[in-house]
Amino acid sequence: MTTAVADTHEHHDDHGPAKGIGRWLFSTNHKDIGTMYLIFSLTMFFIGGAMAMVIRSELAVPGLQFVHPEFFNSMTTMHALIMVFGAVMPAFVGLANWMIPLMIGAPDMALPRMNNWSFWILPVAFGILLSTLFMPGGGPASGWTMYPPLVLQTGDAFPFLIFSVHLMGLSSIMGAINVIVTIINMRAPDMTLLKMPMFVWTWLITAYLLIAVMPVLAGAVTMLLTDQFFGTSFFLAAGGGDPVMFQHIFWFFGHPEVYIMILPAFGVVSEIIPTFARKKLFGHDSMVYAASCIAFLSFIVWAHHMFTVGMPLTGQLFFMFATMLIAVPTGVKIFNWVATMWRGAMTFETPMLFSLAFVFLFTIGGFSGLMLAIAPADIQYHDTYFVVAHFHYVLVPGSVFAIMAGAYYWLPKWTGHMYNETLGKVHFWASTIFVNLTFFPMHFLGLAGMPRRIPDYSTQFADFNTMASIGAFGFGLSQLIFVWVLVTARKGEKATDRVWEGSHGLEWTVPSPAPYHTFDTPPKARIANESFE
Amino acid sequence: MGLFGLLVASTASAAWEVNMPRGVTELSAETYDLHMMVFWWCVGIGIVVFGVMIFSLFKHRKSKGAKAATFSHSTTAEVIWTAIPVVILLLMAVPAAETMVKLEDSRDPDVSIVITGYQWKWHYRYQDEGIGFYSSLARPSLEARPKESGIDVNTVENYLLEVDNRLVVPVGAKVRLLMTSNDVVHSWWVPDLAIKKDAVPGIVNESWFRADEVGTYRGQCAELCGKDHGYMPIVVEVVEPEAYQAWVDSRSEEANPLASAQ
Repeated sequence: MTTAVADTHEHHDDHGPAKGIGRWLFSTNHKDIGTMYLIFSLTMFFIGGAMAMVIRSELAVPGLQFVHPEFFNSMTTMHALIMVFGAVMPAFVGLANWMIPLMIGAPDMALPRMNNWSFWILPVAFGILLSTLFMPGGGPASGWTMYPPLVLQTGDAFPFLIFSVHLMGLSSIMGAINVIVTIINMRAPDMTLLKMPMFVWTWLITAYLLIAVMPVLAGAVTMLLTDQFFGTSFFLAAGGGDPVMFQHIFWFFGHPEVYIMILPAFGVVSEIIPTFARKKLFGHDSMVYAASCIAFLSFIVWAHHMFTVGMPLTGQLFFMFATMLIAVPTGVKIFNWVATMWRGAMTFETPMLFSLAFVFLFTIGGFSGLMLAIAPADIQYHDTYFVVAHFHYVLVPGSVFAIMAGAYYWLPKWTGHMYNETLGKVHFWASTIFVNLTFFPMHFLGLAGMPRRIPDYSTQFADFNTMASIGAFGFGLSQLIFVWVLVTARKGEKATDRVWEGSHGLEWTVPSPAPYHTFDTPPKARIANESFE
Repeated sequence: MGLFGLLVASTASAAWEVNMPRGVTELSAETYDLHMMVFWWCVGIGIVVFGVMIFSLFKHRKSKGAKAATFSHSTTAEVIWTAIPVVILLLMAVPAAETMVKLEDSRDPDVSIVITGYQWKWHYRYQDEGIGFYSSLARPSLEARPKESGIDVNTVENYLLEVDNRLVVPVGAKVRLLMTSNDVVHSWWVPDLAIKKDAVPGIVNESWFRADEVGTYRGQCAELCGKDHGYMPIVVEVVEPEAYQAWVDSRSEEANPLASAQ
């Protein structure tokens, strides 16, 4: 195995990384670009997290203490936009950049210059978005969903909001094209589609979702722009338009978007659980079909975000039934992970701990999702903290934990050294305890009647809000442990090529750290999978 | 999830309210029952799935000398854990659809009220009684609200949940609500009546309720509508029919003093 790899790396030193800042600015190397995506994502995670801290400080006790309502609204709006488009999505694109070529035995991404573009658009987009906080009228405060007519009341920030969303969409579409072209064309010759690792599969499906829906979002926000500046009335009732149409278009993007943020997470977890259970992923092919089903269903359930908007009965029934159906393929995934663990030989290193917490806590988010699918009950839950609890459960101990798991799992491959396992475990336990302390009480708040997106609340909601705020600060501080793990990542013992005893797949056949150029000649995928056979 | 169940069962204090109110209409009770039914299904599924998983986590660990098995697929298993959830979903879908149908049936109302959302207050107009008025956040909350007010909000009764003019409706009557908005999208929500419906400019939405118990029911705007979104509460007072009639008479007199003089 190692000799085959050594052969392919004989002549890599004559085109190593460029010197200085040029290495990063002009990089076309998938590993460098992956690293930049991940660092960018972590930066945004902390900026968005700081905004969450502003929100939780204000909500810690009833009454206004720190901010004015308008700024509060702009914090909830920016927190969401930054976390969704700046933290979670780029983190998965970063993992894709680093790992997809290594997992399929490709020398790089198929379109390396476009890869550079799709990354470098992002700092510009978020620079613009963040600058709106300093503009007259403040940052956008209409919620990340940008519903008109409210969003049209945004101050000078409005066109900048639209432009930054356009740029984020552009970056995502280019990234998605790159992922598809790479996976379809650059796999090792003996790696048929159904032999691809789960992470590659879920990313392939995600990339198609991105290409399908990002243009829809771009269209919707462009219509907002023309309504505001060019006298059109797409969404203005006074001119014959329909504000509800925006919601339909937005959620036609928005629902697949939530799967864009969770499918790659499924992929990461499907890589990690088999490694630490020392057992092959159970039902690989059914996992592929389940992910495809979820992707398809994601296009026909959008109006479950709109049960209170006033739809015909038949429409509501259709969207209720379609939404409930999603529970079936999602259940298949969870059962398959459990079956993978069953009669394995498990150990519990940090990546495995984060993955297990993912399975537990994402399932809880799935349960509240099922409750939300029941339209009459949704009418009570809608726009309350119950919904806030639900989507934070699927996004924080869901997507974010999967990203953390992936980072710990592949870190030794990236740096060539083992990270500090004790610190990793401390990070895990602190995160898990505090994430539940933050978001579990929000279920109760929502059921008891607290609407979301309010800066102040009736005194009966005080206790659970205080609890959630304590949890949020604890969770925020816990993430500093992760930064410390990264800073000290090169101090640990040298990592082997395999890194983990149960690891499997092509990425573990290259040395640790992975050389600047890998797989100049295509490898044999079959050899890498032999560890389980 | 176990914790959740425990808290649901043991709650007494209002400050630690953890569950949806059962409400005071037939449909709010049905909604509550649906909510609890799905909740218990989730608890049941959770116990089974997490139970198997936790068992495996303790039993199948390398430190206990577990040797990994080699099986990696089973079509039978996949079919079983696809089919069972489908059956469970059908059991949930049928009653949910039944309730949904009732929610949409606003025919033959006794009272019709047009609700218009404004930034940031509500306007109510009784269609047949000729009564119309605005309803905004009550003064004590309004005064305590600003950052620099110096008033401890804990001393304000029903802080942020009290209005100057309440919506008054008769008990046992079918009340139809017609909702629209004058500016941005709002949403009229009273948990005890299980009504949450968006007030959208240019569109008139319909909803209805029949309150079975006299009382005061509070709610809030549920759709983000700008800076004072958190400050446009709703208070509905359900009264005996006689009291309602008296209220209507006094209100019409206020609105049109000449009518009673004739």
